Amino acid sequence: MKVNTMAEMIASGQTPEVLFWVGCAGSFDQRAQKITKAFATILDKAGVNYAILGKEEACTGDPARRAGNEFMFQMMAYQNIQILNGYSIKKIVTTCPHCFNILKNEYPVLGGNYEVIHHTQFLQELIEQGKIKITDSNEWKGKSITYHDSCYLGRANEIYEAPRKVLESLDMELREMKRCKSKGLCCGAGGAQMFKEEEKGDKRVNRERADEAIETKSDFVASACPFCNTMLSDGIKNRDEEVNTQVLDIAEMIAKAMQ
Amino acid sequence: MAIIAQILFIILTATALSVFGKNLLRIRRNILIGKAGFVNDQKARRWKNVFLLALGQKKMFTKPIVAILHIILYVGFIIINIELLEIMADGILGTHRIFETYFEKMDAISVYNFVINSFEILAALVFVACIIFLVRRNMLKLKRFMSNDLAGWPRSDANYILIAEIILMGLFLMMNAADTETHFIISSSLQPLLSGINNDTLFIIEHSAWWLHIMGIYIFMNYLPYSKHLHIILAFPNTYYAPLTPKGMMNNMPEVQNEVLYAMQPELVPTGAAAPASFGAKDVMDLSSKNLMDAYSCTECGRCTAACPANITGKLLSPRKIMMATRDRLEAVGKNIDLHKSFMPDNKTLLHDYITVEELRACTTCNACVEECPISISPLDIIMELRRSLVMEESNAPQEWNSMFSNIENNFAPWKFAPDDRDAWTNQA
Repeated sequence: MKVNTMAEMIASGQTPEVLFWVGCAGSFDQRAQKITKAFATILDKAGVNYAILGKEEACTGDPARRAGNEFMFQMMAYQNIQILNGYSIKKIVTTCPHCFNILKNEYPVLGGNYEVIHHTQFLQELIEQGKIKITDSNEWKGKSITYHDSCYLGRANEIYEAPRKVLESLDMELREMKRCKSKGLCCGAGGAQMFKEEEKGDKRVNRERADEAIETKSDFVASACPFCNTMLSDGIKNRDEEVNTQVLDIAEMIAKAMQ
Repeated sequence: MAIIAQILFIILTATALSVFGKNLLRIRRNILIGKAGFVNDQKARRWKNVFLLALGQKKMFTKPIVAILHIILYVGFIIINIELLEIMADGILGTHRIFETYFEKMDAISVYNFVINSFEILAALVFVACIIFLVRRNMLKLKRFMSNDLAGWPRSDANYILIAEIILMGLFLMMNAADTETHFIISSSLQPLLSGINNDTLFIIEHSAWWLHIMGIYIFMNYLPYSKHLHIILAFPNTYYAPLTPKGMMNNMPEVQNEVLYAMQPELVPTGAAAPASFGAKDVMDLSSKNLMDAYSCTECGRCTAACPANITGKLLSPRKIMMATRDRLEAVGKNIDLHKSFMPDNKTLLHDYITVEELRACTTCNACVEECPISISPLDIIMELRRSLVMEESNAPQEWNSMFSNIENNFAPWKFAPDDRDAWTNQA
C-alpha cells in the first residue's frame, strides 16, 4: 500500500479530497503507529482519495498551549497553517482528538479554516455510505466491549455517538462504564500531563479509569485517542489484566473486520 | 403610635435597600476590575441558556431528588416574596392586609385566599426542604460537603442560609396563624397551638412575627453579597455570558499571535507597536470579568471537584477551591481599593498566595468541572490563564515540560524523534 504525501499528489497533478493528519503520537509512538496504519489501510480499501503531509507535518502545539506556553503554540500554528494553506487544504481527518480539537477550534482564528473531522466520524460516514463493509463473520462479533470517551472528543466537542455507532456495526455487546459520555473520566493524559510525572496523590488517574474499565468485565476497551490508548493499556497492565482486557482503537477493530 | 411604626418601617426599608444597592455596586466594580470578557453575540442562544440553566435549572436534574428540593426552595423564595408587596404596602401605609381588603371590595376574596394558601404550602415545603438539606449537609457525610475546601466560614455560611430560611418560613406561618381572623391552609392547623392565648397577646405575636419576618428578609438580602448565596442573582448573568464555543476551545492570545507573526514577517510590524505588559494571569486583574463573575456566582456545591480526575485521585487540585480562592483574592483587592482609592500592591497575588503551583500542575484540562457546573462557571479557564503566567512570565515549568517544549521547537514533536522519521511508518504500511 502506497501512502502519498501532499507534495507527491500535487506534483502529479492530483488533488486529494481529504488530508489525513497523522499527529505526533500516530507518527512516532510504536503503539499509535499501529492505529495510523490501520486507519490508512481502511482509507485505502474504502477507496478514499487522501494524502498525508509526511515530513511537512509538525506538532499542532497542543501540549505546549495546555502547559501554558502560548509562544510555542503560536509558532507551531503559524508554520502548520502556512503549509496547510499553501496546499489549499479543505478537509482534514485525524486519529488524534487533541489534534482534532485544536485544528477545528483553535486554528480558524489564526487564519486556518478547514473542515476537520475525527476518524470515528469519518468511519461512521464511510460505513453509512457503504464504502466500508463489515464481514459477517468478523472476529469481534458477540464479544463484549466498553468504550472510553476521550475528553477532547466528548466533553470538548460533544462527539459521543459517532464512535458508538461505529462499534454497533461490529455486532458487539457494548457495556458502558459508570462514568461515560459527558460524565466520562479522563485517562490522565490531557493538559500536557502525558509529558510529565503526575502530581502527588493517592492513585494515578489512568489506574482509576482502567479499574473502572476492568469492572465492566469486557473483552475489549475501545479508545479513539492514541494517548487514552497508552494510558489505559498501562493501567490495565498494572492490574495484570491485559490478557482479559485488551485496549484497541476503533480504527484497528474496523480494519480487521472489513471485507 | 401607628405613624411611628410607619416611619420606622420606611427608614428600615430605605436603609436595607440602600446598603444592599451599595454592596451590589461594589461587587459590580470588583467584577469590572477584570479585563473585558463579556461576549454578547448570538443573543437568542444566550437567552436560551438563561432559561434552561438558570431558570430551568436543567443541570441540577442529573440528581433528581436534590433538584426537586432545590427547585422548591427557589420557587418558594421567588413566589413567597410576592407577598412582600403586601407587607411593604402595609408597612408604609400602616394598613393590615391591604390586598385582602382590596380583594374583598372587588368581591374576589377567593383569589386572595388562593394566593396566600399557595404561599403557605410553598412556605411549608421550603421549611421541610431546608431541614432535609441541613441533615444532608451535616449528617450524611457526603464527600463534597465534608471536604476541607469548606473548612471554617464557607461551611457555616451554607448552614446559616438554611437556618435563616427555616426561621423566615416559620415566622411567615406564625404571623398568619396568630391572625385569628384568617383561616389559611397551613397556618390554620397551627392555630390550635395558640388557642389558650388571649387576643391581645395574639395581636402582639402576629405583629412581632410580621416585624421579625420583614427584618429577617432585609438581613438575608444584605447577607447575600457576603455569601455563596449570591448565585440566586448572578446565576442569570453568568449563564447568559457563558461561552457558546466548544468547551475544548482555549482563548486565543492575539498579543502572542502578533509577536510570532512579527518575528516571522518583520515587514508587518506596525511602527510604534509596544510589547504587551504581561502574559497570562498572575492576579485577579489579569483575569477576564467573566472569570471574576464566575467567582462571585459560585455556590460552592462542589460538583466540579467531585468530578475532577485529579481530585478523585487525591491530588491537591480542587476546582471549587480555585473559584473560592479567586473570590477571596478579589474581595481582598476590592477592600484594598476601598482603602487606597486605587489598588496598592500588597505583595500578594492570586498565583502562589491563593492558588499554588502544585494545584495548577495537576489539571488534565478534561473539562469535567466545566461540564458539571449547573451555572456555567469555568474553573478551567482560570487554571489555564494562571498556567500561562507561570510558564511565560516566570519560566516556571517542570523539567519534563521544558524538554517537551524544546523537542517541539527542534524536532516538531513533543518527543525527541528525528523529524525525518515522521513518515517512517508508511514504509511498513
